[in-house]
Amino acid sequence: MRIGIPREVHPEERRVAGTPETVIRLRQLGFEVLIETGAGEASGSGDSAYAEAGAAIAPTRSDVWACDIVLKVRPPQDLPGGGHEADLLREGGTLISFIWPAQNKALLDRLALRKANVLAMDCVPRITRAQKLDALSAMANLAGNRAVIEAAAAYPALFAGQITAAGTIDPARVFVVGAGVAGLAAVGAARALGAVVSAFDTRPEVAEQVKSMGAEFVPLDFKEEGAGTGGYAKQMSDAFLKAEQDLFARQALKSDIIITTALIPGRPAPRLITAGAVESMKPGSVIVDLAAEQGGNCALTRPGEAVRHKGVTIIGYTDLPGRLGALASRLYGANLAHFLEDLGGASSFALNQEDDVVRGALVMRGGDVLWPPKHPPAQPAVTTPTKRPETAAPLPGPAKPAPVKKRSLWPAVAGLLAGAALVAIGAWAPENFITHFTVFVLACFVGWQVVWNVTPALHTPLMSVTNAISGIILIGGMASLSGGPISAPLVLGAAAVFIATINIAGGFWVTNRMLAMFRN
Amino acid sequence: MTDAAVRVAYLTAGVLFILSLSGLSHQRTARRGNLLGVLGMLIALGATALDSGFSGHWVLAGAIIPAVVIGVLLARRVAMTAMPQLVAILHSFVGLAAVFVGLATYLAHASDTPRTAEVTVHLVEVYLGVCIGSLTFTGSVIAFLKLQGLLSGRPLLLPGRHILNILMGLGLGAGLGWFLGAPAHLALWPLLLATAVSGILGVHLVWSIGGADMPVVVSMLNSYSGWAAAAAGFMLDNDLLIITGALVGSSGAILSYIMCKGMNRSFLSVIFGGFGGESAGPPAGAQPAGEVRSVDVSQAVALLDDARSVVIVPGYGMAVARAQHALAEAVRLLTERGTKVRFAIHPVAGRLPGHMNVLLAEASVPYGIVLEMSEINEDFPETDLVLVIGANDIVNPAAQDDPSSPIAGMPVLEVWKAKTVIVMKRGMATGYAGVDNPLFYRENTRMLFGDAKKNVDAMLGGLRGGG
Repeated sequence: MRIGIPREVHPEERRVAGTPETVIRLRQLGFEVLIETGAGEASGSGDSAYAEAGAAIAPTRSDVWACDIVLKVRPPQDLPGGGHEADLLREGGTLISFIWPAQNKALLDRLALRKANVLAMDCVPRITRAQKLDALSAMANLAGNRAVIEAAAAYPALFAGQITAAGTIDPARVFVVGAGVAGLAAVGAARALGAVVSAFDTRPEVAEQVKSMGAEFVPLDFKEEGAGTGGYAKQMSDAFLKAEQDLFARQALKSDIIITTALIPGRPAPRLITAGAVESMKPGSVIVDLAAEQGGNCALTRPGEAVRHKGVTIIGYTDLPGRLGALASRLYGANLAHFLEDLGGASSFALNQEDDVVRGALVMRGGDVLWPPKHPPAQPAVTTPTKRPETAAPLPGPAKPAPVKKRSLWPAVAGLLAGAALVAIGAWAPENFITHFTVFVLACFVGWQVVWNVTPALHTPLMSVTNAISGIILIGGMASLSGGPISAPLVLGAAAVFIATINIAGGFWVTNRMLAMFRN
Repeated sequence: MTDAAVRVAYLTAGVLFILSLSGLSHQRTARRGNLLGVLGMLIALGATALDSGFSGHWVLAGAIIPAVVIGVLLARRVAMTAMPQLVAILHSFVGLAAVFVGLATYLAHASDTPRTAEVTVHLVEVYLGVCIGSLTFTGSVIAFLKLQGLLSGRPLLLPGRHILNILMGLGLGAGLGWFLGAPAHLALWPLLLATAVSGILGVHLVWSIGGADMPVVVSMLNSYSGWAAAAAGFMLDNDLLIITGALVGSSGAILSYIMCKGMNRSFLSVIFGGFGGESAGPPAGAQPAGEVRSVDVSQAVALLDDARSVVIVPGYGMAVARAQHALAEAVRLLTERGTKVRFAIHPVAGRLPGHMNVLLAEASVPYGIVLEMSEINEDFPETDLVLVIGANDIVNPAAQDDPSSPIAGMPVLEVWKAKTVIVMKRGMATGYAGVDNPLFYRENTRMLFGDAKKNVDAMLGGLRGGG
């Protein structure tokens, strides 16, 4: 089968749907790869590098689109010289790309005319198994990192605080809205530059992740759970939005940098930072709006541009991952290669709709639109790790109902049995026995008290020392040694002494050996 | 020595034993505790030998001297990793000694004396002592064979095993009646028969317990050996034996209880066995989804290089591979570089209570960085890297979030909360509990397959080279 990788048409797109590294991987899967000349120029890979990796170089765009499978980054779009990329796809061909079907209904119609199979990388369900082909996460990670770098470049001061002979430099205060992949990456990058970072998310369970990255979590005192499916936040009520805006207005006063990453799938980005909040910020402050492409979290964002409003820089670049063209292409290419591998490689390529991952990503089959999928994608992979502690049982302490029930019955039964046994002993047992019994019971309690204090690290030495001590039974054997000629009791007694002594000597010695090893 | 002097000597020995056990509660006083135990033993032995009524000195010397030599040789030779087996086989000696003492006592005093209450009580004591001793003996031998790998760790699950146990228990009760009722010259038979039945019971009880429960089994047998000694004390009117037996018995019982709590299992369900293998196939629907990501040694070294805080979770696999020395060396290297390295020890890691601590101590890991589960569980979210070496069930998240899992509710080390987890393992086999482990499929988990010792050695080389 042949895979075609065209050059991206969008003028600002630096990425390409495969680096020479990807080509090697695809060829290992049994595919032939055809790449449009100059496709990798913006991401730093020339035609010769691709040719070396085993790809054929196609001089024209239409050759590439004629392949069985076409890999792309951006959704197909109008060509500069007229026409549309989608029209170039061969009839019944397969396209794997970002599609954003919710925003691009017209594109789906166009592709349907080509009776296309379309796999949307943005619709890959976010389940654990699909992590390796989760291009959204891979790109969001880069975007989050780059957002901080863009902010740092635009910010007229340092991120890290310093005390110098020329005066004190305060650390920058960074506030990150939305603690998804991009948000967490931004938190990490800002922390690494030395800023004081706080972060907000509507999903309270991500607080732990935020803290784990070294940032403070800013909670919202408003009861409404924000976890939706697929690891995204869901749409919230108006009252909630108002409460959020108030919170951000307060944060804006304190922050030098705000990075917003709030997205709700298939909807315009929520307006979180009002114009008033922007104006309340110190001059020189920077806002980076990662939701710019979906309309922006900030009221003043202009998608694709950096604007200044009353001294505050508002960055709305929509190509942040693309600014890391080489890296972004390599990661995206790897995502695609993993996907093609899961689809069976060249030899057994198939679009198996029984597979949740394929079913989620397959937005069109043979021209039939399959989006949105009938059943929602399964469990959110991103949020599960943090949810666990809530459902998990706490440590040994009082927990499950079953043991409690047992506990309530058991002491009563045990108490009755013990009482009955004591009455029986008191009634029938000879006095001599009672004396021994007293000693026995008291010794049990002493042992109980003493052993509870033993530190767990010493349980093995404790066991070997008690084992040695229980060799005291040799005294019992010695009781049979007195007396005249060889008799059965004498032999048995001697044997008992013999083995009990092995036990004593071995037990004490090995305990000593172990204890000698414990050092501070 | 007069009778009174001997009794005072016994009292001293008893007190010394108590001090010995309490000395073991801390590392500082542990060696002194052991010496006090030795001292107590010498006093007890000396007092008995010097008792005016004792006359078997030559036999005593003939039995003791070679036994001391054998015991010391055993103790010196044994590898620290073989400690569980040694302890198990030593328990069997106490059991066997108890059987011999019981039989000897019976034979020495068997006569058709009138059955006063005292005589009846004495006979009951003999019978119980012999039965407990025999059970301890055979049970410990089976435990030894299992730990030594001569018997499979999988439990033997006979059909109707509980009924079998109950029948044998009832048989022992009936045997007691026969024993008490029979005339002296015939009563030896029920006694020997009871010895045999108890022995079979011991074999069956321990054989039907899975390898994962061996820490409980070993401490339980420890407890039994104490009760056997106490029973001997009753039959011989010897308070020292009673005191010591009770101390050891309750100590073993507490250890068993602590182990059971560590696994969130009832004591009864452990001693009547069948766990750890019964569910060899994971229950339907609990099959973890996802894929396994494996890494090689150099990637693992890179992760170690980058991590600022590392927690190491050792398990039985570390003991088997004897990886503790190389591991300790790697820990020293990392610590010198400023990485915060700690060990997390699960209460039932290994095959013996405290097994891991002993091995780490052998490798001179400072015990200040060896922490218990409760001390370290909260720290995992702040940990960069967790290294799981040869442990499985004790780091299984299914214990917390899969109520249908056979190990549901068992406290586990929450390693999956760390940023990255490297699991060193031979292959994808299940642990002793026979339960699949979703940890291996987590997105932050990396599997490093192969022999733990070889891998740790290679990582040590990598750390040296890279450092």
